[in-house]
Formats: sequence, C-alpha cells, structure tokens
Amino acid sequence: MTKTWNNKAWFMVLPVVILVAFSALLPLMTVVNYSIQDTFGNNQFFFAGFEWFEEIMTSSRFHDALGRQFLFSTIILAIEVPLGIFIAMNLPSKGWKSSLCLVLISLPLLIPLNVVGTIWQIFGRADIGLLGASIAALGLDYNYTQNAVDAWITIIVMDVWHWTSLVALLCFAGLQSIPEAYYQAARIDGASKWATFRYIQLPKMHGVLLIAVLLRFMDSFMIYTEPFVLTGGGPGNSTTFLSIDLVKMAIGQFDLGPAAAFSLIYFLIILLMSFIFYTVMNSLDKKEG
Amino acid sequence: MSFKLEQVSSVVGGNTHIYPLDLTLTAGSLNVLLGPTQAGKTSLMRLMAGLDKPTTGDISWNGDRMNDVPVQKRNIAMVYQQFINYPAMTVYENIASPLRIRGLSNKAIDKKVMEASELMKLTPMLQRKPLELSGGQQQRCALARALVKDADLVLLDEPLANLDYKLREELREEMPKIFTESGAVFVYATTEPTEALLLGGNTVAMSEGRIAQFGKTLDVYRNPKDMTTARVFSEPPMNFLKITKQGGELHVQGEQTRTATGAFTTLDNGQYTVGIRPNHLMLHRPSDDALAIEVTVSVVEITGSESFVHLLHGDQRWVSLAHGIHHPESGSTLTVYVDPSNAYIFDENEQMVRAPELAKVA
Amino acid sequence: MAEIHLKGLAHSYDPNASEEGHYALKQIDHVWEDGKAYALLGASGCGKSTLLNIISGLLHPSKGQVLFDGVDVTNLPTEERHIAQVFQFPVVYDTMSVYDNLAFPLRNRGHDEATIKERVLNIAEILEMTDVLNKKARGLTADAKQKISLGRGLVRENVAAILFDEPLTVIDPHLKWLLRMQLKSLHLRLKRTMIYVTHDQTEALTFADKVVVMHDGYVVQIGTPEELFDKPQHTFVGYFIGSPGMNFIDAKITGSQAVIAGETVELAASYEIKDSDKVELGIRPEFVTLSAAPSAGSFKVSVKRIEDIGRHKIVHVDFNGNDVSAIVPENVAITDDFTNMVFDQSRINIYSNDWLVEGGLSHD
Repeated sequence: MTKTWNNKAWFMVLPVVILVAFSALLPLMTVVNYSIQDTFGNNQFFFAGFEWFEEIMTSSRFHDALGRQFLFSTIILAIEVPLGIFIAMNLPSKGWKSSLCLVLISLPLLIPLNVVGTIWQIFGRADIGLLGASIAALGLDYNYTQNAVDAWITIIVMDVWHWTSLVALLCFAGLQSIPEAYYQAARIDGASKWATFRYIQLPKMHGVLLIAVLLRFMDSFMIYTEPFVLTGGGPGNSTTFLSIDLVKMAIGQFDLGPAAAFSLIYFLIILLMSFIFYTVMNSLDKKEG
Repeated sequence: MSFKLEQVSSVVGGNTHIYPLDLTLTAGSLNVLLGPTQAGKTSLMRLMAGLDKPTTGDISWNGDRMNDVPVQKRNIAMVYQQFINYPAMTVYENIASPLRIRGLSNKAIDKKVMEASELMKLTPMLQRKPLELSGGQQQRCALARALVKDADLVLLDEPLANLDYKLREELREEMPKIFTESGAVFVYATTEPTEALLLGGNTVAMSEGRIAQFGKTLDVYRNPKDMTTARVFSEPPMNFLKITKQGGELHVQGEQTRTATGAFTTLDNGQYTVGIRPNHLMLHRPSDDALAIEVTVSVVEITGSESFVHLLHGDQRWVSLAHGIHHPESGSTLTVYVDPSNAYIFDENEQMVRAPELAKVA
Repeated sequence: MAEIHLKGLAHSYDPNASEEGHYALKQIDHVWEDGKAYALLGASGCGKSTLLNIISGLLHPSKGQVLFDGVDVTNLPTEERHIAQVFQFPVVYDTMSVYDNLAFPLRNRGHDEATIKERVLNIAEILEMTDVLNKKARGLTADAKQKISLGRGLVRENVAAILFDEPLTVIDPHLKWLLRMQLKSLHLRLKRTMIYVTHDQTEALTFADKVVVMHDGYVVQIGTPEELFDKPQHTFVGYFIGSPGMNFIDAKITGSQAVIAGETVELAASYEIKDSDKVELGIRPEFVTLSAAPSAGSFKVSVKRIEDIGRHKIVHVDFNGNDVSAIVPENVAITDDFTNMVFDQSRINIYSNDWLVEGGLSHD
C-alpha cells in the first residue's frame, strides 16, 4: 500500500511558523548574536566568543541576584501553593455563592502589573497608605523604602495577593472534577479530613498542581514590574532580582554584550528548572500510582 | 450501492487497533458490530466515519475512494452512547439542525421533522428542551436527528447502553422498523449478543481488532465458524469440553472413557472441543444418546422462570440455563447432560467442524 | 449485621412539599431481615436511589425513621452507621496498593497492623485477589476495582449492611456473569445484609433473596423471584419483570368467566369485581402457546412479527386488535399458519385497577 501525502497542511501552518519566527526566533537570534560580540557603537562589532558568558557566570553581582531570585521564588511557591489549595478547598462548591467567590478572588488577576505595584506602593506608605499607616499606628517601625526586610515582606505579600488566586482557581477546577462518590466512599471508610485530602483530593489535583507550580515558578522567576515600581530594586540592591538587574545592565549601562549573555543564561536556567519540576512531579506521580 | 473496506488497518502509536480487514456492506442493510470492549468496534466505526485515517487500505463508497474525503463532506450520521443534543435548542430545532445546515426550505424541514418525530414518538414534546426529557427520549431525539439527515452511512455506537433495561427493550423493537424504512447503511455496535439477535440483520463478530465472522445474524449465531465467534456470540458464555475420539470410544477430559453416542459416532479420530450453549446443558437426561458429566455446583441464580446453575467442571466454569426453578445445594455434585445433537464441535485449531442439528433446520 | 426497619419513611426534595405528588419517595414501612440479600428494582426516577441514600445516611428523610437493629439511626451521619457501599463507577484510592486500599477503613479506625493484616489477607483470599495485593489499585480493570470497593466494606467486621448502587454498569457483559456470580456466592458464604439497586431485572432477580420493586415512589411488591414471576401484585411488576413482560388484555369478568376481545375464557377461579373497575387479564408470554391446529379453548390470532433470539423465539400476534406476545421454544418452527393461541389456565392472573385480585373457589 502506498501512502499518499497531502501537503496542503503545510500551507495551513505557514502563518504560525512565520509569526513565531518573527516574534520569538529572530529576537532570540539577535540576543545570541549580541552575546558573542562586543560593540562600541557606530554599528561596529567585534567577536568576543564566550567572554561575556564567563564574565556573567563569575560576577558576584549575578550570583547575588540569582540567589535573591531563588529565595524569592521558593518563598512564593511555599506560600502560594498551600494557600491556593487551602482557599480552593474552602470555596463553596456550587450555587451563586460559588460564582461570586470565584469572581471576587479573580479580581487581583485582572489588574495590570504596574498598577499592582503602584497600588502597593501607595498602600504600604507609612505616611498616607492604609497598610503602612496602620502598621505604624501599631507602633511598629515599617518602611519598605528604607528597610530591606520590610521591602521583601511587602513584595512577597503583594505577589501572594496578586497570584494566589490563580493557584486557587486551578485547584478549584481540579477539585470540581472529583466525583461525589469518592467523598461518599471516604466517609463510609471513616477517613479523616486529612486522609481524604491526602488520598483523594491531592492525587486528583496532581495535574493542575503541576501546571500551577510551573506557572508560578516561571512567573515569579521573571518578576520585574512590581518590585521595579515599588522599590526600584532597593533599598540598596536588596530587591534587585534577575530581570531588574538585567534591565539595569542593558538599558542603564548599555552593556549589550554582557546583558545578552545574561539573558541567555537566565533563559536556560528557567528552562532547566521547569524541566526539573516537570520531571520530578511526573515521576512522583508514577511512583505513587 | 455499497460501502467497502479493503485491507483496512489502523495502527496508532505502535499499537495495532485494527488488523487488515475486508468488509462490504450494502445499502439498506443493518450491520451489528458485536464484541467485548476493546474488540475494536469503536476504532472501526471511526475509520468508517473518516474521523481516523486508516494506516493501510482503502475505504470506498460505490467504488469511489473515500480515504481523503474529510468527515464534513461525507454524508454520515453518528449516534453515541452519551445522549448528545444541543441543550439550548428545542427538540424540534435539534432534529431540524442538519436540515437547516443544508439550507432546506422551512416547509420541507417541517415535513421531515414531523415524519421523524412521529417515528421516534417525539411529537408531543417537540417544543421542549432535551434536558427536560427522560434519557430514553433524549436518545430518541439524537436518533431522529441522525435519521432526518438522509445519510448514506449511519453509525450507532452502543446507543442503548446508558438506558434503563425496559427502555432498551422498547427502542430495540422500534429500531428494525427504522432500518427497513431507510436506504442507508446502518452500523450498530454493541457488546450484547441478545441485542444483536433482537436487531437481526447482519452481524460482524469482532475480537481483538479482527473480524471473526461476518454474515446474517442468525446464521453467525447458529454456525459460528470458530471458537472465537462462539465465545463472542454467546450469552451466558458458552461451555467448552475437551474430548478425544478414538474408534468407537470417547475420552472426556477428566472423566472415564465411554462409548461414543449420537453425533459423536461419526466423528473422525482426533481431539476436539465441544461447545455447549447454556440452554443446552441439561439437568435432566434429554435422550439416550446424551453424555452424562459430573460437575460441582457453585451458585444458583433464579430469574423467576429460569435458573442459571453455575457449575465447576474441573477448573472450568460452566453455566446451565434451565427452565423452571432449581435449587441444587452449593458445593454438591450434580450430573449434567449434553445431547450430541445440540453440541458444536471444534477441531484442534478451534475451527468448527460440526454445528448442532438445530442449526441445520434453521 | 443488622435488621433494617424503615418506619413511615417518605422523602421530598422540596422542603415545602405538601401534595403527595411532590414526594420522590412515598410512605414506606418495611422490615428487611438480617443477613438477607435485597434488590431495589425500578426504572430511573422511581425513588430507588433516594431510598438507598436515606439508608446510607447521605440523605435525611423528610418523614419517618430508619432503624438498624431497633436503634434509630435517622440522625446519624454516614460514617457512624457502619454501612459499606459500592458505587456505580469504581472508587479506589489510586495512589495506594490494593493492600492499602483494603486496609484503609481499618487504619482510619485505629486498628493495630497485626489485626489489619489478618483481615486484609482473609478478605483478599475470599475475593481471589491475593496475587495483586501489592499492585497499585489504579492500573487494575474495572471489575477488579469494584471488588476492591466491596473488599473495603468486607474487612470491617461490624458492617450493618453493604449497599450496591448499580455496581455492574461499567463491567463488560462477559465479566458481568462472573462478578455477579462471585457476589452471590460471597453472600451465601458471609450472610451479610446486602442491598442492591438496579434497573436490570436479571441482576435483581439473580442476586436477591427478595426483590423490592419500586414504581413512582412506591414499593409495589416485595417478593422472591418466583413470586414476582408467578403472581405480580401490580401490572407494573408484570410488565417490568420478564422480557417481554406480561401480556395484559382488557377483560370483563363474571364469576369464573372472562370476556376478552370478544372471546370467552374459562378461569380457574371465580372473581367478584365491581363493574366500574378497570379489569385486565394478565398472562406471561411463557404460558401462551401457538399452534397450527385449533384446540379446545383456542383463539384465532395472526402472526405479526417473530424475533428469534437463539434460545427461544418471541412471537408477536394480533388477537382481535390486541398485541399479545408468546415465547416459543428453539426447536419449534413458527410459520404464518400458527393462527391458534391458547393460554395456560392456571397461569392467568386478574387485575382490577392495576392490582392483583385473588380469586375464590370456582363454583363450576
């Protein structure tokens, strides 16, 4: 039997291929191009090899930013995932109350990133912000522009406020897909709330949790706008995360070569970490099942 | 008019779902795909519909090759196990929907919808929404929509499986009527042998991605060409017994040697498997020729008019379907009888060499 | 193990229901004996699932009480009622092994591991699952999963009743036979109270000691398979049990004579029935005989349709405008000249306003 090939399909995917090429591939190649060359303006380029990569990899500035970034993403995941699950489990499961709650908790997701930063910048100010003033009134010395710990706490609280609902929504969808019979069976088997969570809800949420963790990891690892608006990376360099550092380098100092190398390393780290998360969570599932 | 599959196979991700098969179905015929789940019924239907492309082989309609014709351009209708209707439309609009797409005049649509709804007994509820109907009525609505389409090929994938038992009975009675009134090729998948018999028409017995046998339903039932078909087409499951014929003697698996009687006398020397339908495994001696076999009773189930007596012959599970109420004690031994004239005889390669005399009558 | 007493039970999903029509379950008073197997049989929407959920404690009845061994459990939650349930779709704990699945209800109740092991191994033996104990429950077939669901109920020694909610729905016909038989032998061996909900008459009749037939929120008859077959108390039972169901023909009765479709039938008993009642004669297709030659008391009919289902034929005939079906054995060839029909007199039942009427001694 000969197999006939229908080549019409290639024409169908052509627009997407072109779009992806222009939106992703070409800029990426530009970055690769910059990362191995040096320029002093005037469109004059010199081949620099892996020099920029070496410089970035060994710079303490990069190490510090990377450290801060990992710490930030870890804290974010450690708070948002359990909190999201907790919220999802306590949402009303049907009726108008359920719809209302879903709309209410999704509100933060609808606010643009820079507005979120601005909201919290004002909200947290000790002189005019409701939050800042309230804390000050309690007699606590709180100032996110002066104190590094305060700045961190503010950014973390802000991110939790902004993104936990995404995890909650995903988990809610996962929980909704569990047939009622499972809960009935668990009650009949005398399972405690914890056992029901551990052996029914958690395994059934596995798929959406994987997506939630990946999304939140990638997003938090690339966080830029909110801390930039809130603290501009300060005080000092205490909230200078990778992307803020990168922008400083590329636009502030116009070190295009090192910045390009920085971006590539940054990109590879995210790719690697996402891959690790995916593999680990999947194999965990296999081991359990 | 005919719908033809030639050497059609389907391999998905290295797993063979359908082994190369040939099948020719004629217009105006009802064809039952019978087999257990995983036998390949749904895979075969998807190939017929054009939802999946065959890995090898050709699918043709009146000699025109259909492999590359997309589903939308084929004139087919499909009804699934789940009741699929447009929930926001009335029953009338649901039935009318394929005709509206085709752009028929309102008058022509009305005429067809009324005809189909009359046939499917939906006339009183045409203005209701599908979700306000019972399961049986929802499925009637889906069937009516498939019928008005005047499709060349109508595929029904276990359409009654989600319905109550008595509703199934009613719809089964009506279905053959529909089939005879339409000129389409009907393909109907089911896991239940009784359903195939009630529907009549032709039966394609399927097992593990292959067609075991194709023919008139009753003929396939009465003359299964091998043990695979016999297994697929027997409910309750057929009972099997290994025997060896030597001269005038019959060696029965796990039993004493005895003199061959009745239809066994004319068998050539060799090893055979005897297949006995549960209703032919008798609790009382039906004739002098009958083979008496000792068995152990495991459980008895009574339906009111009949008894299913589950038995163990060695390590083989048997079942006898006996008229009337019988209460043999669980664990007790019992003698059951096989009339040689009611036995199917299969050779060492599981091919049937002799059908019961009844089969020849019919 | 327990005797289940349903006392004045009724349920409506509408809390303000006043009329009887609003009740999904209408007045039920019954005692179900300890250790027996019961089946709740009826079409969807007849109230059988409502009743099951009330027994299991997932629903609180609008009226009445549920008593287990004389103790009122109406207000107890499911987990305190000591019941087990097997659902329509198999429920197993995916991430656990078969062993852990079976041990789960015991661990939740704080039993020590030695006791757990002993019981789990014992139940696994009964269910013929010993060789898969260490496998993950997720990868098993639907019928094996149903056995695990059942096993989780069996390991608990104080279970008052095991409830089954259409447990064979997702099982292949070939395996249905096997699983059904295993359930039955399990019941014979363990003698636990079992309640089995289904719409499939074969499942109900073959499984249960007593079948509870429900229709439109009422229990219309509780009886053994034989009783339901021979003496259906209500026309619905006659129709619902048997395939095809009982034939019903409008009749006019005077003493021991019935007039149906213009013909006279001699009855085995005499009846006293008001003229205003709707009277029907009921006869099962199994007791209708067709023949080519007329015989004493035979009626003229014409053959409309023959369904050959292998082990017997179902013949539909026209009897002066009435549809009557007859079951004809496999070895009888039916032709169009089979125009004489006769009823087995001793198997005729008479119904007045849909309920069975017992006849008195015939005076003839």
